[in-house]
Amino acid sequence: MGVLSSPKQMDLTINGQKYSGRAEPRTLLAYFLRDELGLTGTHIGCIVGKCGACTVILNGKAVKSCLLFALQAEGAKILTVEGLAKGSQLHPIQDAFWEHHGLQCGYCTPGMLLSAYELLQKNPNPSEEEIREGISGNLCMCTGYVNIVKAIEAAAEKMAPAKKAKTRS
Amino acid sequence: MIPRPFELHAPTTVSEATSLLKKNDSRVLAGGQSLVPLMKLRLVSPANLVDIGKIPGLSYIRKGRDRLLIGSMTIHNDVATSSVVNEKCKTLSEAASHIGDQQVRNRGTIGGAICHADPAADIPATVVALDAEFKVAGQRKRRVIKAKDFFEDMFTTNLRQDEILIEISVPVLPPRSGGTYLKLGRGTSDLATVGVAAVMTLDNAGACKDVRLGLAGVGSTPIRATKAEDVLKGKTPSDGLVAEAGEKASEMSNPSSDIRGSAEYKREMVKVYVRRALRQSLSRI
Repeated sequence: MGVLSSPKQMDLTINGQKYSGRAEPRTLLAYFLRDELGLTGTHIGCIVGKCGACTVILNGKAVKSCLLFALQAEGAKILTVEGLAKGSQLHPIQDAFWEHHGLQCGYCTPGMLLSAYELLQKNPNPSEEEIREGISGNLCMCTGYVNIVKAIEAAAEKMAPAKKAKTRS
Repeated sequence: MIPRPFELHAPTTVSEATSLLKKNDSRVLAGGQSLVPLMKLRLVSPANLVDIGKIPGLSYIRKGRDRLLIGSMTIHNDVATSSVVNEKCKTLSEAASHIGDQQVRNRGTIGGAICHADPAADIPATVVALDAEFKVAGQRKRRVIKAKDFFEDMFTTNLRQDEILIEISVPVLPPRSGGTYLKLGRGTSDLATVGVAAVMTLDNAGACKDVRLGLAGVGSTPIRATKAEDVLKGKTPSDGLVAEAGEKASEMSNPSSDIRGSAEYKREMVKVYVRRALRQSLSRI
């Protein structure tokens, strides 16, 4: 075919920090994050875009990072699972997954946490049905989802009082 | 699992994009939720990918006097959650809400879904039911294509190689209308085994003034179930007529047996889902 697909240097912001790396046009964002930038928290599960293990937050929206090309994310602001904790302080969602045993092997967990993150941003008090619908783009082979749903319910409760306090003051 | 090499172009105007599409072996990249999986499986390997996501002004939802105007790059999530679309054209917002999963709806676009033209997808059947119109730009003069003339075969549309879908218009549903989109699917994140887009409008006497039915997943293109619509037009809806409409819709279907079910099963489900969709639409008037 004789088509050149030359790598290009690109910059973007991840978890509040500037990153720069090289990507070919065909380099998918998931692989760029892991192989080029060393951020291996984002997992690659099914490769065909169904399992959601590769989910990251791109410009405020949960997306499957295996379904876009790295170069499309040039200049974007991304949140990966590495950006949830503040040092050793876990994010309330991570805390809740820990307390309620919302993971077993942990493979789906980064994507699950970030989908939960977006869900709770948009809907701070979701019903069980809304939680199940909200994480339906994230497949888990271990848990049967029961404890994942409980963890997200608990996270919602953890995060809500802070919101209530803010509106009062 | 890794796409073949290609050149990625990111035009910032429509005319730049249509000019790029004249390159050999080029395709449009919109949300990528259908195209990128195909490229990863190497079922499709364009030499040139024209990413239209950097063109400003293609994502909007506007209400005209009797039509809603939707930019082709509007993501499914925005169509699904728009208060304007939910109030004025429920069939469309409901269809968008059934697509894939949240991540898919955060990237996938209404224009991409229409141009990809998967007969099992939710949006093509819906825009066919709604008599949508598509504003299209190419190297020649812009043109408007009616939904009924747009879907030629599976994954095949009336678009020329250099053309891009710019805007979709759908009707504001008239007073005394109810609309719905129902989908039978395997779990989540799947295309429709059978999908039904329905709109019902009654006159002041309670008779059916207008009815529209679009079927997904049961043909090589979305199917407008006109014979089912004729059963109800001008008559007061009843259980018997709704059941008959279901039968006629099933007769118009031409499903294939595949991983989602046998042809016989799908034909039977058309009856069930058309009945449910008509009842649901009626209940929303």
